This record gives sequence, C-alpha cells and structure tokens, in this order.
Amino acid sequence: MYTVADLKKGLKIILDGDPYLVVAFDFVKPGKGQALYRTKMRNMINGSLLDRTYRSGESFEPASLEERTMEYLYKEGNHYTFMDQQTYEQVVMEEAAMGDAKNYLLENLKVEVMLFGEKAIGISLPNFVNLRVTETEQWAKGDTSGNDSKPATVETGYVLRVPPFIEEGELIVIDTRTGDYSTRVKG
Amino acid sequence: MKSSALRLRANIIKTIRDFFWSRGFLEVETPLLIPANAPEEYINPIIVSPGLQLQTSPEICMKRLLSQGHQKIFQICHCWRYGERGSRHLQEFTMLEWYRADSDYESLMLDCEELLRQVALSSIPEGTGFRRNGLSITPHGLWQRITVQDAFERFSHATVWECLGNGLYEEILTSVVEPGLAAFHTPVFLTDYPAELAALARTKPEQPHLAERFELYVGGLELANGFSELTDPEEQRRRFIEANRQRVKDENSPLPIPEPFLDSLASMPPSAGIALGVDRLIMLAAGSDMIDDVVAFTPESL
Repeated sequence: MYTVADLKKGLKIILDGDPYLVVAFDFVKPGKGQALYRTKMRNMINGSLLDRTYRSGESFEPASLEERTMEYLYKEGNHYTFMDQQTYEQVVMEEAAMGDAKNYLLENLKVEVMLFGEKAIGISLPNFVNLRVTETEQWAKGDTSGNDSKPATVETGYVLRVPPFIEEGELIVIDTRTGDYSTRVKG
Repeated sequence: MKSSALRLRANIIKTIRDFFWSRGFLEVETPLLIPANAPEEYINPIIVSPGLQLQTSPEICMKRLLSQGHQKIFQICHCWRYGERGSRHLQEFTMLEWYRADSDYESLMLDCEELLRQVALSSIPEGTGFRRNGLSITPHGLWQRITVQDAFERFSHATVWECLGNGLYEEILTSVVEPGLAAFHTPVFLTDYPAELAALARTKPEQPHLAERFELYVGGLELANGFSELTDPEEQRRRFIEANRQRVKDENSPLPIPEPFLDSLASMPPSAGIALGVDRLIMLAAGSDMIDDVVAFTPESL
C-alpha cells in the first residue's frame, strides 16, 4: 500500500477500481493546520481528469500495470483484438480506449499493450509506421495554385496531408506521435 | 540553484540582519537539537535519538531568553518539520523569528511592514515589487488587514466556525480564502484567529474565543505567523496536553512536554513573537513559484 507520503507525479494507484496516473501533486499546509495532499489524476482507461485532496493517514492501492509486446490481429465491430506471440493469449480493446492509435493499426503490426490485470487499457505504437496510400488526387503538372500539400487516405482509412507528388499506391512513413506525413518509402 | 538566486538569498539575509541590528535587537543562537518542541497536533518533529529532536521552531528557547530579561531578540536559523515537502515546503527550511518583550502583536505587524519595505528596497529592482502568480505586490503602500472571520465570510460564504465544525477549515482556507487574498496588490494581514488555532497565543481580553494571532500573506503566500504570547503556564500546559490528546486521536504519537519552558513562562513578561519563512520571502523577491528555486540544494538532489 502507498501512503500520502508516497504521492508524487507519475505514481499509479487504484481508485474506485480504475487505475489512475498522478499527473500533478502538491503538499499544502496552512499555518498550524492539517496537511493537505492535492493531486490531479488521469484515469488510465478513459483519460478523464480528476482532482482529489487527501489528508494524513489515507492510503492507496498501487495499480500494477504490465506492458507486453503483442501483435494486432483484427477488428470486429468496435473491438480490436491483439495476441501475445509467445503465449498466444488474446486481449480485446474497445475503440474508445484506442485513441489515435487506431489510425495506424495494420494487421500483424507489433505494439506494446498496457494491461491492467486482464484488461488492455492502452497501446503504444512504434514512432513510425509505413502505410500505403489508397486514395489521393492526381497532382496536375504545372499546378500554380501554390498548395504545398493535399489530402490522402491510407489503407487504415486515416486521412492526412501529404506533399503533392505522392501518388495512389505509394508507401509513406507516418510519425505516430504527431500523425503527420514524414517521408516516402522509396522503391 | 542559479547564482542570481544564491546572491539574492545572501542579500536578503544580510538585509534582515542589518534591519534588526539597526533597531537594537540582539541576534541570538539557540540549540537546534532539543529534548522537546512545543507539542502541536499537526507539526511532527524529526526525532534524532531518544530524548532529542530537531527544532521545529526556535520559539521554546527564545521565549526562555525573554524570561531571563532580554527585551528584543531575533534569530535566523534552520528548522525541520517531518514530511513537509511541496512547492512551498521543505523539511529543512530557514526561519526568521523575532520577539519583543512588553509588547503585543500590533507592534509585530509594524515590524513586518518596515522589514518588507527594507527588503524590497535592497533586493528588488525598483518598481517591480514582490511577485507571485504574475501579480506584483508592493510593500510601500498601505497594507490591508482583514480578520479571519471576515475573510471566510467574504470569500467562502461560510463562517470560519462552520468550517472548523465540519473539518473543512484547511480546505476552504487554502482553496478559497488564500486565492482571495492573492488578488491584493499589497501584503495582507489575516488577524484574530479562532482560539483553537493558536496553541501558544494569548486570547483577546474582550473576545476570549479569538486569539491575538495574525498571518502575513503576500500574493496569497503565507509568509509569517505572529502572536501575542500566552504567559500563563497552567493554561499553556493544558493546551500542550490537549494537543497530545488530539495527536493520539489522530493515531500519531504524543510528544514530550518542554517542562523548563513551562517553568520559565511564569516570569516571562507580556511579549509578542513571530516566525517568518525566509525561503518564501526569497521566492517572492525572485518571483519563483517553487521553493526549490531559492535553496542551494533540495533534499532530492543530495
């Protein structure tokens, strides 16, 4: 168990059954008064923020979270299925918990899945993924409109802006941290 | 620590020292390791070995010097309070305390005004004032005074008595009243605390439910705590025992009673004393949000 003395930024605790990450912390103590431990916490499942103030003597259950490398298998309805290649154990994650990650998921992509007990609550992707452009307008040679980018749809359905010279069928590199086009895969 | 903050600290400490020397105060040094601090419900000393603690304040020894006949004394020293660490707390911090015999808390408020004006003149570029949360606070104008009762009614719409009754005093004070005080462009004295919030202070003769205690706020930051001293040894003993009773109720260990201090209280003249957080004063002069910015080393960096 943690006590109020353990509270600090980055601590992971369980609150009302959910794992929370402490994102801000301060110790407040008015003259001669009782100490208050002010925290701001993020629910690690749905991302919502919560302000909580604690007093001396309160204790917390640590949230034990585990990260495992898994492979993305398929999507069914709003559910994404991943599999541990070592144990063949499968976990299912809801679309709401995926955040932007769903924009970059291709079958067989290896990702880090964050597990809270049996439950998958988040994934971290490689910083760069390669995705094929499935739809984009042809660049008209001699276009003088001055646009230095155009929209393109990639094979996951994600739409982003790419340079005018990118054509349908090309493989491009996307930075998953920003969601932006990075470069073209040659060959 | 940035060298500019280190220089500012040295400058402010020298200014404080010159200020009190020039006003005829005697600079004293008292032991940092003592057998007993004044027991308080919410202040935990660091116990060094059986029968020895680090001081949480030099008040016990300084008041004994008043009983010995010293009239005006001051001290700049380190104090320790177990477990206190945050953006404006360090377990080990620098305290300024000064005491006046044959005096009361009114004279301490005047000292505060003159001291902060002197610190501003010597340590802050002209025209900038103390800084907190983007606000500039000047010590040169007329300072505001507001009683604790008025402040609670004005900012929280609940009385301080209601807040004390339902256990929300600290919560309302820090989340509503202090931010209210932070809007003032001059330092503010919060005065006349409920008697139960002033374990070593004298109560007001006409209003025994209030204590002659004040806190100085600058930009919403609590900077100093002063009061007219309680000089009744029996009443003081009762309050120490009550503090220990509360500590036991809070599942905290009771603390030893400083008996020689109680013995000396009977010969202490009516006096007033005040403790001011030097690190926080430097924060205000530097415009820092974090106490970490104004000390040479934080405990985490050692």
